[in-house]
Amino acid sequence: MKLVLLRIQAVFIKELIQLRRDKMTFGMVIMIPLVQLILFGYAINTNVRHIPVGVVDISQTAISRVLVQTISATQVVKFTHQYFSIEAAQAAIDKSEVRAVLIIPNDVDQRIVTHPSAGFGLPPASDEESSRPIAQWLVDGSDTMIAGAIKSLRYMPLAELFKKPANRYTPTFEVTLLYNPEQRSAVNIVPGLVGIILTMTMIMFTAGAIVREKERGNLEMLIATPVRSIELMLGKIIPYIFIGLLQVFIILGIGYTVFGVPINGGLGQLAGVTLLFISASLTLGLVISTIASTQLQSTQMTIFVLLPSILLSGFMFPYEGMPVAAQNIAEVLPATHFMRLIRGVVLRDVDSIEMAFDVYWLILFTIAGLTIASLRFRKNLE
Amino acid sequence: MSAAFTGNFAIRTRRLCRRFGELIAINNLDLDVEKGSIYGFLGPNGCGKTTAIRMLTGLLKPSSGDVEVLGLNLPKDAGKLRLKMGYMTQKFSLYDDLTVKENLHFVANIYGLSGRPMKKRIEELLSIYGLNQKVVQLAGSMSGGQRQRLALAAATLHKPELLFLDEPTSAVDPENRREFWEQLFDLCDRGTSILVSTHYMDEAERCHKLAILEDGYKRADGTPDELMESMDAHVVEVEANNLRQLKQSLMVLPEVITAAQLGARLRVLISKKVIDPLIYLKQQNCIQPQNTILIVRPSLEDVFVTCTGTSRQ
Ligand SMILES: Nc1ncnc2c1ncn2[C@@H]1O[C@H](COP(=O)(O)OP(=O)(O)OP(=O)(O)O)[C@@H](O)[C@H]1O
Ligand SMILES: [Mg+2]
Repeated sequence: MKLVLLRIQAVFIKELIQLRRDKMTFGMVIMIPLVQLILFGYAINTNVRHIPVGVVDISQTAISRVLVQTISATQVVKFTHQYFSIEAAQAAIDKSEVRAVLIIPNDVDQRIVTHPSAGFGLPPASDEESSRPIAQWLVDGSDTMIAGAIKSLRYMPLAELFKKPANRYTPTFEVTLLYNPEQRSAVNIVPGLVGIILTMTMIMFTAGAIVREKERGNLEMLIATPVRSIELMLGKIIPYIFIGLLQVFIILGIGYTVFGVPINGGLGQLAGVTLLFISASLTLGLVISTIASTQLQSTQMTIFVLLPSILLSGFMFPYEGMPVAAQNIAEVLPATHFMRLIRGVVLRDVDSIEMAFDVYWLILFTIAGLTIASLRFRKNLE
Repeated sequence: MSAAFTGNFAIRTRRLCRRFGELIAINNLDLDVEKGSIYGFLGPNGCGKTTAIRMLTGLLKPSSGDVEVLGLNLPKDAGKLRLKMGYMTQKFSLYDDLTVKENLHFVANIYGLSGRPMKKRIEELLSIYGLNQKVVQLAGSMSGGQRQRLALAAATLHKPELLFLDEPTSAVDPENRREFWEQLFDLCDRGTSILVSTHYMDEAERCHKLAILEDGYKRADGTPDELMESMDAHVVEVEANNLRQLKQSLMVLPEVITAAQLGARLRVLISKKVIDPLIYLKQQNCIQPQNTILIVRPSLEDVFVTCTGTSRQ
């Protein structure tokens, strides 16, 4: 037993020294979370605003100009261009000069007066005349996010047009936002980013671990010694556990100070679920490492795992909205389970016991990964 | 076969074969390496030296045949053998980005050595192999000779009974080569059995016994003296003026195995089918009466040329 620990420690120290001398990798440990966090934290914003749009004002009346101003005031769109024909407007959308165009018809003043949103009381539903919309949006629907934002303008009240207080509708449902009441995307993205960055760095570092020894010719010496596969595997992943924790500290620290993402859960819980996920990712990297025969191959395989982890884990799109097939793939990925756990712990202060399924899954994944990697790593040169 | 084995052999193989697809890298190799001796593999590039060593160290599975090393059956007992053997690979296989000391520490820990005994052993090795001044130098930045001494230090750190050295001196100058061999003899005196591969004749000549390998076949084996004695050719040196032309004319004779120029002389190997090479040569038209002809003692190179000639003809 003492010998086993000594050999694990030997590999561990060796990895640590090599890591320290490898300035590039060491820099990446710090830079990847920093840069990604700044990028994602500021750039990803699900509240779309100031979409550049144009207007074709056929009526050319005072009321149409007020209409344009009222819409501008919502800040959803920003009128940047004016066109004089519908054809010109369509060409502008094709060129991506604007993402949508508002077409104001000739009889806009008439339409407004009879329109319910103007607040002159509800017209009878059968009234053909008054149920006509007052103007039309032509939207570049290829970006669903932008199209959705403009669609949200469909039922915009227009009472302000006549300087009258708007009708107060009684909503059908009352919605109470338990967490993230201001609906800031950073609150959801920062904890998710922990999962993505760990997937990226942890798998990448270990995926190259055995391959590097193979490529540099160290493997022949190593397998001629009494070191066992499992000792080699453990010694190689332990240093990266510390690195993973350091990265989590950087991400959540900046998330807290710069983006004001609260950490509601206990630090013990946080460390626990993170360690589980780090271990799962590291063993996945080791498995890749025993399959690949060059560093290029191991990088390719890392990306093969990374892409679904970003797209399917619930980081980008809600898990619930995905088709069943995609959900099944997502269930296999450690990132999906971690995404639930860390959001639960950081944002909702959930005890990880309550999410036992995800916890067990990560544990199982780690054990399976370590076993497969140790079995696959044959101590000969076949 | 193991029942027939006595304790005197470090390595024994019978009908050992290794195929890589179509290629037969080692063909029916029979080896008997006595304990406490230095045994050499002599052969050109690609003859199968590394492949043979890898099978003897348990790193590569034989396609067929029996291997017994230090009384252990391979590849079954490869794990047990690892504690008793040291292996210095052909390509430097310690870590370039670790210092001399860090490399030795790593190897020591792997072999279960730590603390005071480890320090003592490493100190000892550093002074034996003259690496005292280099402790904190990165292995990757050392010269070929220094690296090779470090590799030997690492391979002998756990005092193995049997040491495999695959072309240990290929990146080493003659001066360092001599010193290196002194160290091998020191190890041998202390009871270590050594198997060393080389393509240098002078190194092969230092071995107690050697095997000449070619294209995966063992062409000959024995002590250097035995090999030279039992050689299947006479060695004759001819002094003449027009050596290039003389060589051409001699080479076409079926009894002449080969002829090579050595300065002002031509060294000619003549098949043992010829009873008296002097009379035979004087009968040839190309030899002038005034040319001096001498029978000389064969060298290992002559042995090598004679027994590996088949593929060239
Ligand atoms: N893993 C392998 N796969 C396929 N062929 C191989 C493999 N290893 C060795 N060989 C082939 O086996 C033959 C013997 O190779 P080996 O490396 O044993 O030669 P060597 O005597 O060590 O040569 P050198 O002096 O160049 O080191 C060569 O033809 C080589 O191409
Ligand atoms: Mg070789």
